[in-house]
Amino acid sequence: MTKSILLVGVGGQGTILASKILTTGLMEAGYDVKMSEIHGMSQRGGSVSSQVRYGEKVYSPVIEKGAADMVVAFEKMEALRSLDYLKDGGTLVVNNEEIPSQSVVIGEEAYPADVLEEIRRHVDQVKVVDASGMAQKLGNEKAANMVLLGTIIHAMGLEQIHWDAILKDNIKPKFLELNQKAIQMGMGAVRE
Amino acid sequence: MRQLMTGDEAIARGAYEAGVRHAAAYPGTPSTEILENLSGYQEIETEWAPNEKVALESAIGAAIAGVRSMASMKHVGVNVAADPLFTWAYMGVNAGNVLITADEPGMYSSQNEQDNRNYAKAAKWAMMEPSDSQECLDMVKAAYELSESYDTPVMVRMTTRVCHSKSIVELGERKEAPAKEWEKNPAKYVCLPAIARNLRVKLEERMKELEAYSEKSPFNRAEYGSGKVGVIASGICYFYGKEVFGEEASYLKLGFTHPLPKKMIQDFCSRMDTVYILEENDPYIQEFVERLGVTCKIVGKDTFPPYGEMTPDVIRKRAKGEAFKTIDFDKSKLIARAPAFCAGCPHRGLFYRLGKRKDIMISGDIGCYTLAAGKPFTAMDSTVCMGASFSIGHGAQKAFNQTGSGKRVVAVLGDSTFFHTGINSLINTVYNQSNTVNIILDNRITGMTGHQDNPGTGFNAKGEPTTLIQIEELVRAIGVRHIRVINPNNLEEVDHTLDELLALDEPSVIITRWPCALKKFSQADRNEFTDLFASRNKVLEEKCVGCKKCLKAGCPAMSFDSETKKAVIHQTQCVGCDVCTQICKKDAIVKEG
Ligand SMILES: Cc1ncc(C[n+]2csc(CCOP(=O)(O)OP(=O)(O)O)c2C)c(N)n1
Ligand code: SF4
Ligand code: SF4
Repeated sequence: MTKSILLVGVGGQGTILASKILTTGLMEAGYDVKMSEIHGMSQRGGSVSSQVRYGEKVYSPVIEKGAADMVVAFEKMEALRSLDYLKDGGTLVVNNEEIPSQSVVIGEEAYPADVLEEIRRHVDQVKVVDASGMAQKLGNEKAANMVLLGTIIHAMGLEQIHWDAILKDNIKPKFLELNQKAIQMGMGAVRE
Repeated sequence: MRQLMTGDEAIARGAYEAGVRHAAAYPGTPSTEILENLSGYQEIETEWAPNEKVALESAIGAAIAGVRSMASMKHVGVNVAADPLFTWAYMGVNAGNVLITADEPGMYSSQNEQDNRNYAKAAKWAMMEPSDSQECLDMVKAAYELSESYDTPVMVRMTTRVCHSKSIVELGERKEAPAKEWEKNPAKYVCLPAIARNLRVKLEERMKELEAYSEKSPFNRAEYGSGKVGVIASGICYFYGKEVFGEEASYLKLGFTHPLPKKMIQDFCSRMDTVYILEENDPYIQEFVERLGVTCKIVGKDTFPPYGEMTPDVIRKRAKGEAFKTIDFDKSKLIARAPAFCAGCPHRGLFYRLGKRKDIMISGDIGCYTLAAGKPFTAMDSTVCMGASFSIGHGAQKAFNQTGSGKRVVAVLGDSTFFHTGINSLINTVYNQSNTVNIILDNRITGMTGHQDNPGTGFNAKGEPTTLIQIEELVRAIGVRHIRVINPNNLEEVDHTLDELLALDEPSVIITRWPCALKKFSQADRNEFTDLFASRNKVLEEKCVGCKKCLKAGCPAMSFDSETKKAVIHQTQCVGCDVCTQICKKDAIVKEG
């Protein structure tokens, strides 16, 4: 069976690196893997998404609405925006972070206060994680993406893959330990 | 070795393995990464051309001279390159020549959607359409063999999903392609009418030979399932089809798609009751199949949309009336997240002021600055294609002058866009004398497509220093007598320069010179622009009255604290451009430290 994971966030949050490590791990573990990215104007604060699909043989790199086994949102509003990708009974992980958009900054729109409530109203399997806070505790807020990668590894049962080796190939030695710890923390956060 | 690669990376790898030695491109999503990756191979000479026509011509020249070459561009780039495209096909290559066109069904980062397979047909090029990254690599290698054995240029049609999706690729070794001898041969390379008439006949003969090849190409293949339902698909649609119709259906996978394999299609259709034709945008395959008079039922664009992507959900819904169950949530809670100028973007100050002038027409162009069309600036009244702002502005100004409406036109474009096709437009304005104010937003880089060098930056595609073409000198040489070089972050300077030039009845040019905030600065940048983004600004709470005026600069480093009712500047994002400082009437924004 082909599995589908959708990673969504805002430009600059590190979704691309997280999905790169994820897909490399899946390939090394012997899966067929496809990933599709839409990052049109990501550097300028737009929404970004990475669609990852793996299994024995993967056809489409694109995930259909209502077909994601897991959605990992690096930001709350992006979680809501992608809710219709989640399949019935799928797992949703939301980073408890709020990034205002341009329309909010210039006062055109207000960021609704009850985003998480709206999500919980519809999804049973939702885990809110303070990934940025955890990463900060480890010494670098930027590692929030690895905390969120950790949640995927646990939720999708991918612990047997040699993540440390893959991290070594993709991350500067200086940040290696930080990232390893961040992944562990993420795994722990969804285990509870 | 196996590696996960995007289609763009795999195209570059394929070219490398095929022994390509010369590649030229103009950036454009989703094709940009092809040349960026090619630049990483030292065996390949790579260049950013000022525009796509020049890129294709550079590749043609190398092929004539005997070296395998590649040109790559986005779909609209092929419009710019269409002139050489048609005649080059008459001549045939010497060494192999491949053009990559990256189409954008769905228009993620484009001004239109167009199906460039029509170009292969109209200009009589051989064409291939890869479905995944492995095929990108394999097809490019095969394309060079074909190009040389059939003496034809080959077009490879990609789409955004093929360019930007990753899949597993088996890498090979580079095989050097020894340079071919160049000989004087006007009967092949000088398209005078008398010669072209001969070549024209030969071209039809070549198409016949390629038709025969298409029937036996390894990239065209039938896969028979159990039933009588068939799918004919090219590109990514083959995989989309598999996702929806599964293993029971039969597939005719078409990878070599110009010319199409007539007999193969007839044979496939004769074994089916119903055939779905899956292709994005135009009914290119469908029209061919329908003309063959096959007897099975054909399901094509009457059922599937001729626009947007044909993703599995679209096919599933239209072909089977099915969809996965989705969560129905309150969509009114969604806020838009449109892209915005970065903190410190040099376009901000200019458009903040320009947008305040409601009595002018702003003729716009394509680049990061097109974001000024949206809120809070609403400072763009037309955007068509690259380079068009100066010429459309000129035409509009002539019309306003003629009707006596008194309206004035300000035309804006970026440095890369100026070199692309803006130069010709400015020549027109000077030659045919209109009094438009023409602004060149010289942010020292090609921002929109991810910061590629251009003729004005002093570096080439490999990052090596080269001759820097001075925009100001160029504009002067064209004959513009009123040129102002200004700092766009200085709002007063922007305003009075506009006032001064709008009063003229001659053409004028403003060059706004300040680097893109995301640029990797060169030593020359550091020398020219002092204290480049070296400071931070902050809001003095005691002075801020909460009027929110500064927020109208649309800077992502700013927000409003609804509890304290004060503006806030986020220190991690602010780069101290001072635009907000000048907007604040209460002197509440100052330098940090
Ligand atoms: C014919 C054509 N080629 C390429 C593109 C893709 N494209 C859009 S904007 C742009 C570059 C704009 O650079 P510049 O004018 O320097 O403005 P900046 O983005 O730096 O503000 C490119 C290459 C296009 N839209 N049309
Ligand atoms: S990338 Fe550069 S030019 Fe584009 S919006 Fe950001 S700062 Fe401005
Ligand atoms: S100085 Fe003001 S406008 Fe400039 S980057 Fe900082 S907050 Fe944004």
